Amino acid sequence: MIRLEQVSKTFPSTTVPAVDRVTLEVPEGEICVLLGPSGCGKTTTMKMVNRLIEPSSGEIFINGRSTASYDPVELRRAIGYVIQQIGLFPNKTVEQNICLVPDILGWDAAKSRARAAELLEMAGLEPATFLRRYPKELSGGQQQRVGVLRAIAADPPVLLMDEPFGAIDPINRTSIQDEFLRMQKQIKKTVLFVSHDIDEAVKMADRIAIFREGRLVQYDTPDNILAHPADNFVSDFVGGDRTLKRLQLITVGDAIQPDAPRVRAEDSLERAVQLMEQHGHQSIVMVGPRGRARGYVELAQVRGLKGTVGKNYEALPTTIRPNENLRTAVSTMFRHDMSWLACVDENGVFKGYVTLRSVRSLLAETYRDA
Amino acid sequence: MDGFARFWRNGLMLAVFVLGAWAWASGLLPAMADNWDDITYLGQQHVQLAALSGAIAIIVGVPLGVVLTRPRFARFGDVALQVLNIGATIPTLAVLALSMSLLGIGDTPALFGLFVASLLPIVANTMAGIRAVPPHLREAARGMGLAPRQVLWQVELPNALFVIFAGIRTAMAINVGTVPLAYLIGGGGLGELIFTGIDLNDFGTMLSGAVPTAILAILVDLLIAQLQFWLVPRGVNPLR
Amino acid sequence: MVSSIDMDILQYILSNGPLIASRTGEHIAIVAVAVGVAVLTGVPIGIAISQHKRSADAVLYAASMMITVPSIALFGIMIPVLSLIGQGIGYLPAVIAVLLYSQLPIIRNTYSAMSNIDPALREAARGMGLTSLQRLWQVELPIALPVIMAGVRQAMVMNIGVAAIAAYIGAGGLGAFITRGISQTDPRQLVTGALAVSILAVLADFALLGLQRLVTSPGLRQ
Repeated sequence: MIRLEQVSKTFPSTTVPAVDRVTLEVPEGEICVLLGPSGCGKTTTMKMVNRLIEPSSGEIFINGRSTASYDPVELRRAIGYVIQQIGLFPNKTVEQNICLVPDILGWDAAKSRARAAELLEMAGLEPATFLRRYPKELSGGQQQRVGVLRAIAADPPVLLMDEPFGAIDPINRTSIQDEFLRMQKQIKKTVLFVSHDIDEAVKMADRIAIFREGRLVQYDTPDNILAHPADNFVSDFVGGDRTLKRLQLITVGDAIQPDAPRVRAEDSLERAVQLMEQHGHQSIVMVGPRGRARGYVELAQVRGLKGTVGKNYEALPTTIRPNENLRTAVSTMFRHDMSWLACVDENGVFKGYVTLRSVRSLLAETYRDA
Repeated sequence: MDGFARFWRNGLMLAVFVLGAWAWASGLLPAMADNWDDITYLGQQHVQLAALSGAIAIIVGVPLGVVLTRPRFARFGDVALQVLNIGATIPTLAVLALSMSLLGIGDTPALFGLFVASLLPIVANTMAGIRAVPPHLREAARGMGLAPRQVLWQVELPNALFVIFAGIRTAMAINVGTVPLAYLIGGGGLGELIFTGIDLNDFGTMLSGAVPTAILAILVDLLIAQLQFWLVPRGVNPLR
Repeated sequence: MVSSIDMDILQYILSNGPLIASRTGEHIAIVAVAVGVAVLTGVPIGIAISQHKRSADAVLYAASMMITVPSIALFGIMIPVLSLIGQGIGYLPAVIAVLLYSQLPIIRNTYSAMSNIDPALREAARGMGLTSLQRLWQVELPIALPVIMAGVRQAMVMNIGVAAIAAYIGAGGLGAFITRGISQTDPRQLVTGALAVSILAVLADFALLGLQRLVTSPGLRQ
C-alpha cells in the first residue's frame, strides 16, 4: 500500500510548487496511473516515493512505514523502478541486469539466477536464448520487458513505472501492456504508473489520478473518471469520446443478460415468433443439440409463416466472445450493420445477446444512479 | 565573483609570482638578456623551419587526403587510414634520424623530416573528415544535379573543414614540438641553445632556448585554435 | 638491391641483440612506470571534474597547454629545478615529463567518457538503490573503460617518442642509439634506434588495443 499525505515539492529557485499538497492512497495490489499533461507534477510525485526527489513537506508511507524513516538507498532497493528510457546497463548481460539488485542485497547467487530464468519465462522470453544476451542484442520491446523484470527481480512490494511503454511502437506497446496486466494478476504489486496517454491509463489502471499544475484534481476508477469528470479540465483531457472509452472497460460477458431466449432447429416458427414477442426481440438465435449457435431467424421475416426454424434460418454473419470489450462489440455491429450480436464462447456455445439498446442502457446506468 | 573563480584567479597570480621569482633566482632573465641576439636569430630560424615545413605539409596533405577519398581510390581508403595511423605512432626523433640517414645533415633533411612528421595527421584527418560527411548530404547534392567537383567544393570540403583544421592543429603541434630537435641534424633553431645548455650543464643557456621554445609552441597552438574558431563557418563549427 | 650500408646495419643489429634488449627494457621502464602513475592520477581527476563543467574546462585547458610544450623544452626547464634535489638529468625527469604529457589524453578521455554516459543509466541505477560507489564500479567505469583505455594508449604511444628524446638528458633507453648515431654520424646506430623505437611504439599500440578490447564488455562492442 502507498499513501501520500499532503505531499508538496517546491524546487529551489522557484516559488510555484511543482507538487501541491497531494493526498492519495493506492490500495495493495492495485495499479494507480498518474495522468496529466507534461509539467503537471505527476513524475515529480512518483519520484518522491523512492526519494529520487525529496518532498518539501508532507509524508509518504509504504505499507504503513514512513519513507523518511528509511535510508534512501535501502528504500530504493525495496521499490521496483522502470523508466521510459529503459536504462538497461549495456555492459551487463540480461541475467546480470536482472540479478543486480538481488546480488547487492546478498541473495544466494544460484537462487537469483534461477529466478531470472523464471521471470524471463513469465515474460515469454526463452531463458536459454536471452539470459546471456546483451541489451543491444534485444529489440526495444524486449529491452523494456527485461527492464520490467529487473524491477521486480528482488520481489519488491511496490513498483514505480515512469511512462514505461512510452518509447515503444504502438503494436508492441499493446502486447507489452497486455503481458504486464497478465503478470500483475500473478505478482500483485502495488504500482504507481505515470502516463500522459488516457487510453493507456484506462487500460492499465485500477484507479486514475489526474494532475494539473501540481494539484491532484481527480482520483477515481477509470469508469467514474470517464463518466463523471470532476471539471472541464478533466473532461477536456479525457477527450470528447470519453463515453466510447468507457466501452473498453466493460466486457461482453458482463453486458449480456443471463437466460437468453433461443430456439432449436425442430422448433416451429410460431414458437420462435412467440418467444421473440415475449422478450421484445427482433431476432432469435437457433442453437444445435449441444447449445452451439447455428443461425438466427428474424421476426419481420417469419411472422405468419408455417414450418420449422431449421428450414428457415439464416447463418450468423458474425459472433463475439465474452472476453472482448464493448467497444469491439459496438464496432463489430457497425461493421456488419447489425443492432445485435450473438455472444459465443471458445467452443461456439451460445451465451447471450449484446444489443445496441443494452449497451446504451449500461452507459446510462451510472447517470441514473447519480 | 564566486569562490571558485576567486580560487582560480588567486592560484594564477600565485603561479605567475612563483614563476617570476624562479625566473630571477635561476638566472633565467639575466641569461636571456645575455643571449638575446642568439635568441632572436635562432628564433627566426625556428619559426621559418616550422612555417615552411608546415605550409608544405598542408599544401600536399589536404589534396592528397581528398584524392584518397575519390571513388577511384576509395577501396584503398581503409588501408590508407590504417597505414597513416601506424605511421603516426612513429616517434618524431626516429623520423628525423631516418631523414638524416637518407639525406645527410643540413636544412633539407630537417625540413623533410618535419614535413613528413606533419603530413600524416593532415592526410588522415582530411580523409576522416570527408568520409564522415553524412551520405544523405552527398545524395541530396547529387540529386540537385551537382557535378562531382561541385559536390566536393560545395558539400564535402565545407563539412569536413573542422576535422581538417583539427588535423592541421595536431600536425602543427607535432611540428613545433619537433623543430627544436632539428638542430641535431643541422637544421638550426632554438634547439641549439637547449642542447648546448644541456651539454655544458649551463642552466642559463638551456633556459634561454627552452622558455622561448615553450612559449612559441603555446602561441602557435593558440593561433591555430583561433584560426579554426574564426575560419570554420558557424554552421559546421561545433565550437561556435 | 641490398647496399653495403644496409648489410652493415643488419650486422650491427644482429651482433647487438643484448644491448638492444636492455635499452628496450630501460625504455619500457620509463614509459610504463610513468603512464601507470598517470593512470592513477588522471582517471580520478577525470572522474572528479566530470561533475563540474567549469573546473573541467580549467583542468583540460591547463593539461592541453602542458602537452603543447615541446619535450626537449620541458626537459630544459625541468633540469634547473630538479637539480635542486640533485636529479637534474636521468630517470626522474624523464618519468616526470612522461607523467605530465600523459595527463591530457587520460584526463580528457576519462572526462568525456564519464560525461557522455546516458543520464538514463545513472537514473536507473540510482532508482534501483545503488550507492554512488556501486554506480561507479558497476555501471559508470565499465562503460567508460574502453574510452579511458584509448586515452592510455595515446599516452603510451606518444610518450615512447618522448622517452626517446630523454636519452639526451641521460635517461637511457632506445633513444641512446639515436643520440650516439647522430653525434658519431653512424647510420648503423641511427637506423637501429629509429627502427627499434618505431617498432616498440607500433607494438605498444597493438598490445594496448588488444587490452582495450579485452576489458570492453561484449555488450559495448560495436
